[in-house]
Amino acid sequence: MRKSVAPAKPGATDLSFLDKVRNRIKDPFFWSDWLVVVAFIFVVAVFGIIAPEEFLTLWNLNNILVAASIPAIIAVGQTFTVLTAGIDLSVSSTMTFGAVTFGLVFTNSWPLWQCVITGVIAGTLVGLLNGLIIAKRKINDFIVTLGMLSVASGAALVLSDGKPRQVISEQLSTLAIGEKANVPYLMMVAFAIVLIAHFVLFHTRFGTHVFAVGGDPESARAMGISVVRIKVAVYVISGALAGLAATLAISRIGSAEPAANTSILLNSVAAVVLGGVSLFGGRGTIFGPFIATLLLQSLANGLTVIGVAAYYQYLSIGLVVILSAALVRTDK
Amino acid sequence: MSNNSYAIECIDIKKSFGSVEALKGVSMHAKPGEVTAIIGDNGAGKSTLIKCISGVYSSDQGSIKINSKEVNFTSPEESRSSGIETVYQTLSLIEDLSIWQNLFLNREITKGFGPFKLLNKSKMKEEATKMLKNLDVYIPSIKSRTRRLSGGQRQAVAICRAAGWGSSVVIMDEPTAALGVRETAKVEDLIKRMKSQGLAILLISHNFDQVLRLADQIWVMRQGDVMAGLRAKDTTGDELVALITGAKTGKG
Repeated sequence: MRKSVAPAKPGATDLSFLDKVRNRIKDPFFWSDWLVVVAFIFVVAVFGIIAPEEFLTLWNLNNILVAASIPAIIAVGQTFTVLTAGIDLSVSSTMTFGAVTFGLVFTNSWPLWQCVITGVIAGTLVGLLNGLIIAKRKINDFIVTLGMLSVASGAALVLSDGKPRQVISEQLSTLAIGEKANVPYLMMVAFAIVLIAHFVLFHTRFGTHVFAVGGDPESARAMGISVVRIKVAVYVISGALAGLAATLAISRIGSAEPAANTSILLNSVAAVVLGGVSLFGGRGTIFGPFIATLLLQSLANGLTVIGVAAYYQYLSIGLVVILSAALVRTDK
Repeated sequence: MSNNSYAIECIDIKKSFGSVEALKGVSMHAKPGEVTAIIGDNGAGKSTLIKCISGVYSSDQGSIKINSKEVNFTSPEESRSSGIETVYQTLSLIEDLSIWQNLFLNREITKGFGPFKLLNKSKMKEEATKMLKNLDVYIPSIKSRTRRLSGGQRQAVAICRAAGWGSSVVIMDEPTAALGVRETAKVEDLIKRMKSQGLAILLISHNFDQVLRLADQIWVMRQGDVMAGLRAKDTTGDELVALITGAKTGKG
C-alpha cells in the first residue's frame, strides 16, 4: 500500500540512516516538536531523584493528573486559536461564566446533564461572540479577547451577584474523585478531548483548513476556503471547551465560583508555546500542548513537594514559558 | 462569428471601476490545445480581463462563453467549477502543508459519511503522485513541506494543481517572473506538455521572447482595448512592441 506512494524520483530515499538522523537534528521543527517531551522527562526525572519518596508515589502522580485535567482541556481550545495565528485571552473568564450559568440552573433544580450542557452553551456563546467580532469585523484578536476577559468576568459576577453557589451532586463527586486503573476520571475526560481534538485536526478537512488559514490566510482564501468560518469555528471550540471545563472545575470545588481563575489562562498559553505550536499560526500538534500541561503541573507539584514556597512557583513557571518560547522560536 | 471549438470566448466585455473604464469592450478567444498569450503594458487591462474570466470580478457588459456555453460568474468558485483554474503569481501554496496537502487543498478526498468524514490520506498521496507524474514533474517527496521546494518546483506544484482537476482552461499570471533561466525552461516545458494534453492555456507575460516561444495566439491589449489578435508564427517582437506602445494600431 505504502509502496505506491513512494517518491517519484529515487535518490531522496537513498539517504543513509545517519544522514536522516543528522537532517532531523538540524531541523528546527524537530526540536519544537520534541522539546516538550524531553523537558517533561527531565522534570519528572529531576524531582524523582530529589524526592523519590514524595514525588514518585502513585498518590502524588494521581494528584498531578487531576490538576492537569482542566488546564489540558483549556489548552486544547487555545491550541486551535493559536493555530490560526490568533489567541483567546478570555478562556479563564469564559470558564467562570460557564460555571456561574451552570450554578444558576443547578439551583433552579435542572437535571445535571442539562446543567452541563448549559455551561457548554454559555462558553460556546462567548466563543462565538469572540469569533464573529474577530473574523467579521477584523478586529485584533488580542484586544477582542482581552475585552471579553473582562466582559465574561463581569457577566459572571452580575449573574451570580458575586456569590458562589453550592453544587452538591453525587455524580459530580464521583467524577472528581473517581478513578479506574489509577487514572482519575477527570484525566480520562481530558484525554478523550485531546484524542478527539487530535483527530479533528489531523484527520478531517476542517483540521487541514485550520492549518491552511493559520499558515497563509490569503492563499487559503484563494483556494476557496472561508477564512471567516474557520476563524469563528476555532473561537467557538475554545469557548465550548472552556464551558465544558467549568463542569470539571465545579466537580472539584463543589461550588460554582464567580471569581476567575487567571492561572488557567497563563497555563494554556504556556502549554501552547511549550508544546511547539507556532505563535505565527499554521504549525503545531495537540499532543505537544497536552504534554506541556503535564510538564507544567509536574513542575508546580514538584516544587510544592520539595517545599518551595508558592511565590517561587509563579516565578519559575513564568521563566519556563519565556525560556521555551526563546528556544523554539522559528523565524517565519 | 462564434466558433464551437473555442474553450473560452469573450464577447464585448466591459468593466468600469467608478469613472475608470478598465475594459472597453474586449473580445478574444482561446482554443483548447493552444497557448493563448495576453500581452500589454501595465494598466492595459490584462489583469482585469483575467479576473472577469476567473470570477473575481463580474463584468458590466458582454458575455463569456466556456466551451460554447454562456456563463455568468459571480464568484471564483463558480468559475472553478466550470473548469477554469488560475495560477496567480503568489501561487497560493501553504508553506507548512505538505505537497500532497496543497494539491488537494479544499478538495480533500474523504471517506465515511455525514459528520464523520475522515481524510483519505493514502488515496490523496496516491493521486498526488499521479498528478505530478502526469505532467512529468519530479519532486523528491510529496510528503515534504512546500517550504522546502525551490521557486520552480513551487510553480510546478501550483500549475499541476491547476491542471489536475479536470479543468479545461488554465490561466497563468507571469508564471516565470520570479524564476532563473533553468527553472524557466522547466516551467515552459511543463506548459507545453499541458498544451499537448489539450488544455487551453491563457498566459499573461511581459516576456516577449517567451510569448513568441510558447504562444500560438497572441492578444495585444492597450488602454482597456484589444489592439490586435495575431498568430504567433506570423508576428515578431518588434511588431508586438509597436502594438503595445501604440506606435502601430489596427486589428491584425
